[in-house]
Amino acid sequence: MSAHLQVSGLEVTVSGEHGERIRIVDDVNFEANKGEVLALIGESGSGKTTIALALMAYARRGCTISAGQIRIGDTSVLELSREQLFGFRGNRVSYVSQSAAAAFNPSKSIMDQVIETAMLHKLSSKSAARSKAIELFSSLALPNPETIGNHYPHQVSGGQLQRLMAAMALISDPDVVILDEPTTALDVTTQIEVLRAFKKVVRNRGTTAIYVSHDLSVVAQMADKIVVLKNGTVREAGETMQVLDAPSDEYTQALMAAAKPSLRVESLKKPDSETEAALLELRDVSAGFGRVDADGMPKFTILHDVNLTVERGTTLGIIGESGCGKSTLARTIAGLHPAAAGSICLDGVPLATHLSKRTRDQLRRVQIVFQNADTALNPAHTVEQVVGRPLVFYKGISADETHKRVAELLAQVKLPVDIATRRCAELSGGQKQRINLARALAAEPDIILCDEVTSALDTVVGAAILDLIAELRRELDVAFIFISHDISAVRSVCDDILVLYSGRTVEFGKRENFAAGPGHPYTDLLVSSVPELRQGWLEETSARTILRPVDNAVDVDEICAFVDRCPVRLDGICDTKRPPRLIHANGNEVLCHLPQAES
Amino acid sequence: MILLLVAKRILIAFFTLLLVSLVVFSITSLLPGDAAQELLGQSATPEIVAELREQLGLNQPGHIRYLVWLKGLLSGDPGISMVSDMPVRDIIGQRLPKSLMLAGLTAAVSVPLALLIGILSAMYRDSRLDRSLNIVTLSMIAVPEFLVATIAVIVFAVQLRWLPSITIVSPDATFGELARAFAMPVMTLCFVVVAQMARMTRAAVINQLDSPYVEMAILKGARPTRIALRHAFPNAIGPVVNAIALSLSYLLGGAIIVETIFNYPGIASLMVNAVTSRDMPLLQACAMIFSGAYLMMVLVADIVAIVSNPKLRHR
Repeated sequence: MSAHLQVSGLEVTVSGEHGERIRIVDDVNFEANKGEVLALIGESGSGKTTIALALMAYARRGCTISAGQIRIGDTSVLELSREQLFGFRGNRVSYVSQSAAAAFNPSKSIMDQVIETAMLHKLSSKSAARSKAIELFSSLALPNPETIGNHYPHQVSGGQLQRLMAAMALISDPDVVILDEPTTALDVTTQIEVLRAFKKVVRNRGTTAIYVSHDLSVVAQMADKIVVLKNGTVREAGETMQVLDAPSDEYTQALMAAAKPSLRVESLKKPDSETEAALLELRDVSAGFGRVDADGMPKFTILHDVNLTVERGTTLGIIGESGCGKSTLARTIAGLHPAAAGSICLDGVPLATHLSKRTRDQLRRVQIVFQNADTALNPAHTVEQVVGRPLVFYKGISADETHKRVAELLAQVKLPVDIATRRCAELSGGQKQRINLARALAAEPDIILCDEVTSALDTVVGAAILDLIAELRRELDVAFIFISHDISAVRSVCDDILVLYSGRTVEFGKRENFAAGPGHPYTDLLVSSVPELRQGWLEETSARTILRPVDNAVDVDEICAFVDRCPVRLDGICDTKRPPRLIHANGNEVLCHLPQAES
Repeated sequence: MILLLVAKRILIAFFTLLLVSLVVFSITSLLPGDAAQELLGQSATPEIVAELREQLGLNQPGHIRYLVWLKGLLSGDPGISMVSDMPVRDIIGQRLPKSLMLAGLTAAVSVPLALLIGILSAMYRDSRLDRSLNIVTLSMIAVPEFLVATIAVIVFAVQLRWLPSITIVSPDATFGELARAFAMPVMTLCFVVVAQMARMTRAAVINQLDSPYVEMAILKGARPTRIALRHAFPNAIGPVVNAIALSLSYLLGGAIIVETIFNYPGIASLMVNAVTSRDMPLLQACAMIFSGAYLMMVLVADIVAIVSNPKLRHR
């Protein structure tokens, strides 16, 4: 019996600058049996999404499916006529895209969009489709399945949208469902819930699924088979177990190595003397946006009384989910987002809240590296202009010296010197991020704020940037604040770690302490939500988010902020009182009622 | 919430109109020439001029005259024409309905046409259809309207003798007569406004067609017409109505060339006459009507954009 889904000799081309055809997918073959989950894994540009879309005989603008065969059941997909494709897409094969927030039409209700496929293909009556959608909502563990469909996309969260999109894909009972990076845009704690929901639905319905991802650990949880792609060609294909345990291809091995957490810093640097002021010290810093009231506090507070210290030459990691205020914290320190209250001291000298009131030397000493190097670097400027600018601005050195210094800085970030004359737009993502770092280093700062610097990069490239940061730390006497949502990245380069939840420090301490035992319930949830690179982890892990809302009448500022998601909350204490900040058994400062309540 | 936004917007519109009235009044007061002097001509003695100035209230300070004028404007009486000695209200009353008729007919033809052209060329982007529509709309903008009108008169009125060369509308005209009378002026004005609206519609719809949710709709098996009309267009309404409002607001004051060529008694030619004869009350009233109409169009466009935005409609 032949496989349910068969792809052979698939080739996709784009037209180049001079009209020539460039192959972006080249001779790709794979097959999947009915009910199997097959993963396409690779970094950006590997052609994984292009291949997934080709399964629906769809190519984005400029791309052409130029050769190959795709069979799904008895249908030869690439031979379908235009008219037949209208009946095929969505009906026999359906698609879940990476960013649910963008893939939902903002001006139509969720229910209308979920049942649209069923209506287009006249699969059932409107009311039958609605009740089927509601059934799917509840099996995907969505809250209020009866009414969630009446909302508009902007009214529900990203994790919910991603599951609603899965319902949209499954409403037509397709033969094959394509999941294209469905959890990449989500926080780890949300990702785990979505993965569970997907896995359950796919298993129960016996759907054949194509799972596209760059993340081996996630794929290990979901897939029966793995196809490893690079530059549009298959590097390795096989059963998940075999690929994970004994990768035969060099590239797969590199992917595996990058996915495994490793320690990049050896020892914690001690401050030179006890009396010296810390390099950077934040005391009760609050910040927010909106109208400022009589006390000088903004209407929406993002940061609540954050305290932290960074010693010279050490690295502080700040971790938290999206919306927790970690980027605001970096911007507040840099003076881009003025603090509403509290003090920021550099070497014991208070800094003005807004950068326009700081001295040029103070500006030089605090540098920031943004998440997205694509937008942080002017694409029309050359590398030398970008890196040379802070040299001229802060040091006012001559053109000759600038030229020499730029070459040194490029060597420091491990880029060839001849890159200096190229424009930023011509560089790869990893190269741009190195230029971004070089630009910050050019000012010879005391502290560099790195805001999610590896998030937009592929695993292998991101790991190389982490190595670079660890090395710079060793060689130069620069302190870093490393902000990330990825706890393994933070652990691998930081001396101290601060866990931020809803704008509050919920746990703060040395890196080793985080391995020493349980800390704040939120930290534990974060740690246990990071997928491990082995099969069966999803079933075993204890990480669960159970939503138990509290009485709305209580002012959330007066109780624990994590209370509605806490798996170990004590009713009567956690939902009525503000938690104390105590030294926990693992040696960390923890904002929680628990150890106190137990004793 | 959305009502508050709309109310705020309307309030701003009224405030703007008030500012406009101040500007109109001060600028017309700055124009050279004295109305009393103008009325009496060269031979008038200073005594007679002074007496007339007294009569016309020209001796009062500016802010008093402004308030008197504003009060008259609000109560629907913008004064007496200095040239014809008739109430400005009556003069405008004869002309405004005619202008509104022409503008309304042009809007009724041009808006659907522009939307059709815009959406079609967006749907078939870069195809032969799109490129031809592109060339057609661009040449429509490029050709000046007096040329369009003149050629139309030569072809349809002089050579073919299908249509009258001047637009005279009698009160008891039949629909056929009306259509014949308005065909050429409406066509000429459409030439001016359709292109802009069509191109803005095309750009706005293409912007939406490039978004991931449209790709999603394609992958659901939706057909191009459904994608353009049900998915993309509702999200493009905001920019499209703004383009429409800006184009249509041209139809009252900008119709001067059409009014002149087809000898159509509209409000634009009335204002030009008021300028040449220094008939200030008439000029001010016309300017206020144009500004009011313009603000009204923009206001309606803004309200439509607010209401069509789901993020504002469903909090």
